[in-house]
Amino acid sequence: MLWACLRFPRLALDAIRIGEPADREKPFAVIDGPAQRRHIVLANAEARRSGVRAGLALTAAHALCPELSIASRDPAAERQSLASLAAWAYRFSADVSIAGVDAILLEVGASLTLFGGLASLLRRLRYEVAAFGFDYSLAAAATATAAHVLSAQADGIAIPHAGPLASALGAVPLATSGLDAEAIAALRGMGFRNLRDLFRLPRAELARRIGPDALDHLDRMRGLVAETLKRYRPADRFERKLEFSFGIESQGALGFALQRLVRELATFLVARDGGVQRFTLVLGHERGASTRIDVGLLAPQRDAIALFDLARTRLERVELVAPVHALTLVANDLPPLCPLHVDLFDTSRREALDWPALIERLRARLGDEALHELRCVADHRPSRAWRFAEVDVESNRAKTQSPSVVPAKAGTQRLASDNAKAPDSRLRGNDGNMASAFRKRPFWLLPKPCVLRGELAKILAGPERIESGWWDEHDKRRDYYIVETRLGQRAWAFVPAESDTGWTLHGWFA
Amino acid sequence: MFTSTAEAAASVADPSDFIQAPPIAKRTPAPPLIATRPPRNDEALAEVLRHPGIWRRGAAARPKIDVEPTGNASLDARLPGGGWPRGALSEILIENDGIGECSLLLPALAALTQAGRRVVFVAPPYIPYPPALADAGIDLAHVVHIDAADADKHWTAEQCLRAGCCGAVLSWMPRTDYRQLRRLQLAAETGAAIGFVFRPLGAARETSPAALRVQVSMAESGPRVEILKCRGRVGENSLAALLSA
Repeated sequence: MLWACLRFPRLALDAIRIGEPADREKPFAVIDGPAQRRHIVLANAEARRSGVRAGLALTAAHALCPELSIASRDPAAERQSLASLAAWAYRFSADVSIAGVDAILLEVGASLTLFGGLASLLRRLRYEVAAFGFDYSLAAAATATAAHVLSAQADGIAIPHAGPLASALGAVPLATSGLDAEAIAALRGMGFRNLRDLFRLPRAELARRIGPDALDHLDRMRGLVAETLKRYRPADRFERKLEFSFGIESQGALGFALQRLVRELATFLVARDGGVQRFTLVLGHERGASTRIDVGLLAPQRDAIALFDLARTRLERVELVAPVHALTLVANDLPPLCPLHVDLFDTSRREALDWPALIERLRARLGDEALHELRCVADHRPSRAWRFAEVDVESNRAKTQSPSVVPAKAGTQRLASDNAKAPDSRLRGNDGNMASAFRKRPFWLLPKPCVLRGELAKILAGPERIESGWWDEHDKRRDYYIVETRLGQRAWAFVPAESDTGWTLHGWFA
Repeated sequence: MFTSTAEAAASVADPSDFIQAPPIAKRTPAPPLIATRPPRNDEALAEVLRHPGIWRRGAAARPKIDVEPTGNASLDARLPGGGWPRGALSEILIENDGIGECSLLLPALAALTQAGRRVVFVAPPYIPYPPALADAGIDLAHVVHIDAADADKHWTAEQCLRAGCCGAVLSWMPRTDYRQLRRLQLAAETGAAIGFVFRPLGAARETSPAALRVQVSMAESGPRVEILKCRGRVGENSLAALLSA
C-alpha cells in the first residue's frame, strides 16, 4: 500500500473564489464567526502583505487594509470542491477517500505501473491539481494516516518504505500530529515536543495518558494496525454551482466561471469514462429567477475545450436580462462515450476528426435545425422528390456503405410502403420511355412555384407531363417545359393544367 | 607574376570557386587563361540555380497550383494550373440566376464527393435540387446544406473553409466587402478548401482578394466564361472561354 495525500490548506479561500484573475490581485479574505465577533479565517497573499492574518478580528483587518474585500466562509462550497477533487483523483486510483475537511487520500500503490512510477505519478498529480487553481501540499507514505500527517508538515514529502517512515514521523511536532487538541495540550504540559518522544514511551503508559483513540491514531500512522477508510464513490450525475458575490452583467466575466465548470465536468467525465450529450446551464438571477440554456450535442463528448467552446457560443446567444448571481451546470444524461474509430492509415484522418467539431460549432451558433443533408426521394412530383435529412456525424466510410436512395428514374426505385407500390408500378407500366423524359432536372428548385416574369425567348424542351399523387391528396398534374427567357436564363416552368395563369416557374437551370 | 594573375582571373570567373573551392585546385598548374570549364562547373551552377531563392525569368516553370479540374477541357486549358484553385477563393460573377453558373461547378463537385470530400452549400438562394445533383454524379452523402441568416453567412462560410474538412464551400453573397472576402480567402488557404462565392456582376468593378474571378454571361451560342483575374499565368488566347452548353 502506498498512499498519497493532497491537502488543500487554502480550500476555504479557493472554494469561494470564482477563478477570476482580477480577484488574485486584490486583497481578499474569508471570514467566519457570529455577527458580533467576525474574524479572518484565511487571507490571500495580497491581504497578508498588509498584515491581515488568520484569527484577526474583522474590524482590525479593515483597519489594516481598508480595501479588503471579504466573503463568508462557505462549508458547502468547500465540501463540493473537495468532492470534485475526489472525483478527479478517482482517475488515478480506485481507492480514494476524503480525509477531514481539507484533504483527499488516494492509494497509488496499485496505479504505479500504469502511470510509470511514483515520481511520474506525483508529477502528474501536481500538474493537474495546479490547473484547477487550488493551493495544495502533497505527501506520500506507506500508510494513509502518515501521508495525511506528513502533508501538513511540508509539501513534497514522499516516503514509500516503512523503514524511514518511523524516523520521519518522529520529527513531526505535536501541533500537527493529527491528535486531538486536548491530547496535544496534555502532552505539551508533560514536556513532550514531537512524536519521537511519544514513540519512545511504553504503550501501557501512553494509553493511560492520552487514551486508546489517540494511541490507535499513532499505531495506524506507523502501520501497526490496519486502517479503515470510507471509500469515495463517484456520483452518476453532475451538478455544480458557482455563486458570485456580485451580479455579473458581462458575457466575458461569465466565461471564466463557465470555463471552470466545464473543466470540472470534463474531469468528472474522464473519471467516469463517460461522455455528455446534453447539459443545462442555469443562470441564477436575483429573487430566485433563472435563465436556462440547454446545450445539446449530436454525439457524446468529453473534451473540455470543445465543450467549453460550444457552451460559450450558446451562452453568448442569450441576452442577459438581469445580473447573474450564480451559474449552475447540470448534466443528468451521461451516456457512455464511444470514441470515433479512426483508421491509423486513413489519409483523410484530419477530416474525420474535425467534422464533428465543425458541426457542433455551426449548430451552436446557427441553431440545431440549420444543418441538413440532401436526399432524393422516389417520387415523381418535383417538390416531393427530395427531402432534408439529419446530418450524420458518422465517418464517411460508414455512410458510403449504407444504401443510398437514388432518384426516381424510370421507376427503378420502388417505394417501400405498400400503398405507394401500386401507383409506382402503374406509372412504370404506362410509360416506357420515361428515362429520357426524366433526364434533365434543374439545379435550383424554387421552394414554392411562382409566376414566371419576363418575356420568354423560346421553348427548349417539353412538355414533360408529371402526374402523380392521387393517393395522398396532393395530386399534381403538370406539363413541364424548359424555357429560355430574353435574358438568357433557362427556367423549368410549367403551365398548370387546369388554370390559365400562364407560365409558372419551378426551377432554374443554373 | 603572370601565372598568378591568370589564376586570379580564372578564380573570379569561375563561379564554383565561390561555392566550393577545393584546396587542391590552387596547386594545379595554371590554366592557359580562361578557356574551357570543367564539367563540374555546370553542375555547381545548376545546383546554385536550384536554390529556391533564385528566380529566373523565362525558363522557370509555372508555379505549381493545386487545382481541381473543372471537367471542361476548354476552361481547364485557360485556367492557371488547369482547374479551380484549391486553398483559395474563386468568385463567380453573374448577372442573373439560371445561366449555367452552377452547372459549371458540377463536374468538380461530383469529383470531390466521389473522392469522399465534403461539399457545403452555405445559405443557397434556392434549393439545390437533389435529383439534379445526383444526376450529375454527386454523392449526396457528402453534401451538406446550411441555413444561415444574412448576418451569419460569412461566419459560417469562414468556419467551413477553415476547418479543413470540407472539399468545397459554396456561398452566395449579394452584399459583401473586401475585408470579409479577405477573411474567406485566408480561411480557404488555412483549410485547403475550394471556396466558391457567387456575386452579382456589378461587383466586377470592385477590387477583390479572391484568387480567381470569373464572369459568367449568356452569349448567342451558350454560357460564356470570362476570366477577370487569376493567380498565375492564363492559358493562351485566354480572356474569353466559351463553354459548350
